[in-house]
Amino acid sequence: MAIHIIDRRLNPGGKSLENRQRFLRRAKSLVQGAVKKTSQERDIKDVLEGGEVTIPLDGMHEPRFRREGGTRDMVLPGNKKFVEGDYLQRSGQGSAKDSGPGEGDSEDAFRFVLSRDEFVDLFLDDLELPDLAKRKIAQTESEGIQRAGYTTSGSPSNISVSRTVRRAMARRIALKRPSKDEIEELEAAIAACTDEDERLLMLAQLEKLKAKSKRIPFIDPIDIRYRRFETVPKPVAQAVMFCLMDVSGSMSEHMKDLAKRFYMLLYVFLKRRYKHVEIVFIRHTDRAEEVDEQTFFYGPASGGTLVSSALQAMHEIVRERFSPADWNIYAAQASDGDNSYSDGELTGMLLTDKILPVCQFFAYLEVGESGGSAFDLSDSSLWTLYERLRNSGAPLSMRKVSERSEIFPVFHDLFQRRETAQEKAAP
Amino acid sequence: MTERLFEGADWDFHTLQRITDACEEVAKNDLGLDVYPNQIEVITAEQMLDAYSSVGMPLFYKHWSFGKQFAYHEASYRKGLMGLAYEIVINSSPCISYLMEENTATMQTLVIAHAAFGHNHFFKNNYLFKQWTDADGILDYLDFAKTYVMQCEERYGRTEVERTLDAAHALMSHGIDRYPGKKKLDLRAEEKRAGRRRQHEEEVFNDLWRTVPKGAAKSKSTLSLERRRKLLGLPQENLLYFLEKSAPRLAPWQRELLRIVRHIAQYFYPQSQTKVMNEGTATYVHYRIMTKLHQTGRITDGNFLEFLQSHTNVVFQPEFDDRRFSGFNPYALGFAMMQDIERIVTRPEDEDREWFPDIAGKNDVMGVLRDVWANYRDESFIAQFLSPKLMRQLRMFHLHDDPEERAGIRVDAIHDERGFRRVRRELARQHDVGYIDANIEVVDVDLSGDRRLILHHHVIKGAQLNETDAKRVLQHLADLWTYDVSLIEVDANDKVLREYVVSPRPVTAAA
Repeated sequence: MAIHIIDRRLNPGGKSLENRQRFLRRAKSLVQGAVKKTSQERDIKDVLEGGEVTIPLDGMHEPRFRREGGTRDMVLPGNKKFVEGDYLQRSGQGSAKDSGPGEGDSEDAFRFVLSRDEFVDLFLDDLELPDLAKRKIAQTESEGIQRAGYTTSGSPSNISVSRTVRRAMARRIALKRPSKDEIEELEAAIAACTDEDERLLMLAQLEKLKAKSKRIPFIDPIDIRYRRFETVPKPVAQAVMFCLMDVSGSMSEHMKDLAKRFYMLLYVFLKRRYKHVEIVFIRHTDRAEEVDEQTFFYGPASGGTLVSSALQAMHEIVRERFSPADWNIYAAQASDGDNSYSDGELTGMLLTDKILPVCQFFAYLEVGESGGSAFDLSDSSLWTLYERLRNSGAPLSMRKVSERSEIFPVFHDLFQRRETAQEKAAP
Repeated sequence: MTERLFEGADWDFHTLQRITDACEEVAKNDLGLDVYPNQIEVITAEQMLDAYSSVGMPLFYKHWSFGKQFAYHEASYRKGLMGLAYEIVINSSPCISYLMEENTATMQTLVIAHAAFGHNHFFKNNYLFKQWTDADGILDYLDFAKTYVMQCEERYGRTEVERTLDAAHALMSHGIDRYPGKKKLDLRAEEKRAGRRRQHEEEVFNDLWRTVPKGAAKSKSTLSLERRRKLLGLPQENLLYFLEKSAPRLAPWQRELLRIVRHIAQYFYPQSQTKVMNEGTATYVHYRIMTKLHQTGRITDGNFLEFLQSHTNVVFQPEFDDRRFSGFNPYALGFAMMQDIERIVTRPEDEDREWFPDIAGKNDVMGVLRDVWANYRDESFIAQFLSPKLMRQLRMFHLHDDPEERAGIRVDAIHDERGFRRVRRELARQHDVGYIDANIEVVDVDLSGDRRLILHHHVIKGAQLNETDAKRVLQHLADLWTYDVSLIEVDANDKVLREYVVSPRPVTAAA
């Protein structure tokens, strides 16, 4: 008996991927709810790591007819002391074990693990970048492969069987290669033939046919065609994200932390939409400088506050390195709202004339001290300024945040999918 | 001959080949097994998880519920709550056994003996599998099903297909023919049968019967009712079959989907009825093969001890008050019974001669066992072959739990002379799917009226349906039937215990 031993270990994995995606799609709203819930309890960094979620089983239930109750009979092993006619006390309420795992009403929650990508996808699913229509196409291009007709040379794996066979057939017909049927017919006729002369004649004819079919091959090397591929440049959309932050003495660690979280979310979000995302960190006191991430969040700095300096710096960087024709520009500014009054005029001008026209999106995040109800206090100078600008039609998004847990809702609120992309919600 | 099959725990594909050949020799010569050709496939843990979520089959149509299964198994496997099986075996020809790559050489030997010979023989020879499954065709059929479902999704949309499959899955346990050879009403055959019946009546005519009092004569309306039921093939317990043939507003592709689900349910039907026998057979076979390999020196003492450790784990039966107890372990019960039959056949005691006159002392162990494996299912196997000695050994007892009984749960019978037969009958009944599944059948359709579909659930021992689940399943049923559906629960005296009525949900897209 032939025994086949097959090594399946090298087969492509992920056979259940499709079913899993179907399941996730079906459970989407439930899973999303669960993801949102966990995101409020955990640090953003952890949340984006993916992990285990629990969803109510309601929509995912697979019902079957099940019987329950009534009189029950069972045979059990391991009798030690019972004799016929004994009575056993019922333990607790009802029966001790009534349903096996995977059935019964106890299965009202379903627990499983999401991968990082699945998690981020669900986490950011109902968010949309504003004004996507303006998405620009970059100059940096990647190579893509595309079919481009047929060639007479190539690698064996690229042989186009249908094309080759078709050409071979055309050639055979054109050269009148005797078909197999024809030869078989003649052979049958010879076998049936009784007249010796006729038989010899037919035999000669058979020889001729056979020789001809040998001369004209079934498939000739000139028939063979290969599929041709050519590389085409593929444009890649790219984005740059400007993080502007006030690092003057009035910004506490807590405020910086809030800002950092917001930037992180924005980064993850952009990363999902664009293949290539650059980040530029600009910190400012009364003068602005471009720094690396470490310095941005943790480097000590002190001085007054001139917001216009940061905007000026950003403007210069855009002019030098990120031409608006090639880059999608996003900017998020975090500040406690302090700005010297004399700077207001310049800031407003820079913003409306230079920055906003080249930006896809400009968000202003006013961070407050934990526990301090920022909303009760009178508006800060920067807030007042930006609000005025916005009321006169500038496309600005602005929010106030003072607690960690507010970061995601605010972010969510800013990027929520809307009917019209231009519409900006008021705080 | 005493060349070792392998040394240590490592194996390669040549080792597997040698192991399979050695097992086959024992299986054929010593045990006289008759198996399908074997195909052995080595897979990874991830592939094992994949196989778990498609009910062990190598290919299956796509559906979200399998994704749910996968997510569930993956989560519990990652957390270490669940180990994976050493193997999965598929009732097909060739018989496919999946072996995990992590297994040691000893484990691979055990698994090959267990699956590729034990299960394989059972699949090929047991009457239920012969009657209900088509081992040669199953893989092709699954391939067809997968492609068909995919095509339907392309043509009619995923939501529509999912809706139909969801409903079909809910009714899967009631999409089975329990008796073979049910035929459609054939008018010519009907006529002949009527003639034969008349002839029979004439032959056995006895005027005495005339004097026996009769019930009221059937009125014309009841006769037409019966005629109508006959035409619809009612009563019908195969709900999926009934819907496929008679649901008024299903599209042809929906009927085909129901048919696919029904066929697959039918394919698995014998497995659910033969858990104890199937595992008992495979365990007995691997035990015999491994012992023989050890005796002939093909595996070392160390390997044999490793085998014994896994073997005893597999056939471990916790007692009822043990925390690990979760019912009878089919491996343990099956293996114990097979060994017990071996004892009865070779070394019977007086008691055995009295209980099993047919096989006691017959001395042809394999002949008797092969016959048992071919002709019984769990319920009949236990009812026939559970011996008093084994009942004593496992100290079996029977509990009767009547909720009305204030005093508690009664011990109805124990492993003594008075109780043997009752314990045995109850245990057999526990393994009878006819008792485990709810007995639900379509009894009538009001075709001239509002086309309401009427189902009866024949309640046994007061066990009614779980309400939430019943409503959900009926909702699915009503969606397929597209008119009202009512389910009536009746007890043995035809007393109505409860009635459900469900209306179909409005269809969003035109069917």
